[in-house]
Amino acid sequence: MPPTSPTGVTGRWATREKQVGRLIVVEGIDGSGKSIQLHLLEKWLRHLGVPVFTTEWNSSVIVKEITSKGKKSALLTPTTFSLLHATDFADRYERNILPLLNSGYFVLADRYVYTAYARDVVRGCNRRWVRRVYSFAIRPDAIFYFNVPVEVGVKRILTGRTKLKFYEAGMDLNLSNNEYESYRIFQSRINEEYMAMSDKEGFIVMNGVLEIELQQRNMREHVLKLLPSELAAVASLELSTF
Amino acid sequence: MKGRTIKGRLIVLEGPDGSGRSTQVDLITTKLESEGHAVMNTGLKRSELIGRGILQAKQKLPLGKMTLALFYAADFADQLEHKIIPALEAGYIVLADRYIFTLIARSTVRGLPRKWSHDLFGFTIRPDLVFYLDVDPDELFHRVFQKSSGLDYYESGADLGLADDLYHSFVIYQRMMEKEFKLMEKKYGLVPIDANRPIDQVNVDLQGRITRYLHERT
Repeated sequence: MPPTSPTGVTGRWATREKQVGRLIVVEGIDGSGKSIQLHLLEKWLRHLGVPVFTTEWNSSVIVKEITSKGKKSALLTPTTFSLLHATDFADRYERNILPLLNSGYFVLADRYVYTAYARDVVRGCNRRWVRRVYSFAIRPDAIFYFNVPVEVGVKRILTGRTKLKFYEAGMDLNLSNNEYESYRIFQSRINEEYMAMSDKEGFIVMNGVLEIELQQRNMREHVLKLLPSELAAVASLELSTF
Repeated sequence: MKGRTIKGRLIVLEGPDGSGRSTQVDLITTKLESEGHAVMNTGLKRSELIGRGILQAKQKLPLGKMTLALFYAADFADQLEHKIIPALEAGYIVLADRYIFTLIARSTVRGLPRKWSHDLFGFTIRPDLVFYLDVDPDELFHRVFQKSSGLDYYESGADLGLADDLYHSFVIYQRMMEKEFKLMEKKYGLVPIDANRPIDQVNVDLQGRITRYLHERT
């Protein structure tokens, strides 16, 4: 289980009221396999009859319209970029995440504040500032960090992809003229940021290179501890025959 | 906010709608330009990138207060980095029709922690001069209604459920905003200007202070 609220540069966290729901987060570089694992977890929870809601990074409808215009013309500076993502997050948080948690849902988040902590800092934003911007967000009940060697993640993404988008490749950082090389360096730096915050934030580190089924089993065993006891008993039994 | 050593000057005019802010900005701009200064005007919601989106979004769906605050901050960051800073570096006088203070006040009045709003704008540049055009709320209401025979939803605090009618809502809201600005006077060095007076009197006051400031620094 993750430790209680960290102090210092990670900022003050919203205190959790009597929450019935649970917030489960997956993090990792692109190609780490986190999304598949979250999807399988969702399936499992639904099968158990748990009310579930999944939310993805950068998916707010309102903010999407506005952000893409800027992205196409490559006009966004790191601060603006960071704040737009924060806006997207805030919309999903206020509209969906918090209300659903309060009503007893299990909210599964594909990426959470840690993505901003890693990416925005790599882009050059002040570390402390980013944490303060996101300080309103509630602390998750579990943070699964899917650890893969950067090359593995990069390969998974680039296989079958003919084009990388400008910001996706980190081209705004002038790491390389070649977008594939830029992407590699960019992902590598993000990976370093994740690793550096892992202990302090209480990540449950998952080996993203293992077979999918094995990872999922691992994940389910952790999530078992978050289920209401009657459900946990049933689920535990099922898992042992997984 | 960060201090800096750049050639240009950042002068901010704050105040509610109806305080004569925009009029004063125009008058001051004309005067400064006639004296040979290069002047650039900026304002909230004028970013080409995000501005239109905010207006659309406000109409379409109710946005949460955090979301709205961050939206404005993103828009502001864009303007700061693409317009204000380059102009200052080129030696312009940047005359800002509102700055972060209105944004901080609006958020605080809506229940967001003051400290959070303050921290949010940590990336911004400290202005050289900030004037707050203070007007009695009743007078404001009268002026606003004369101008547009209607009240802006957010400027009346209508989203806050303060009163049954827009007039009372407006007055209560404006007093709350005034209180926030009073607090910011001490914290950020805002200069209060009595804008209940006629336009030309306010202008003489403002222009005098600006001219003195610019001369002291050359």
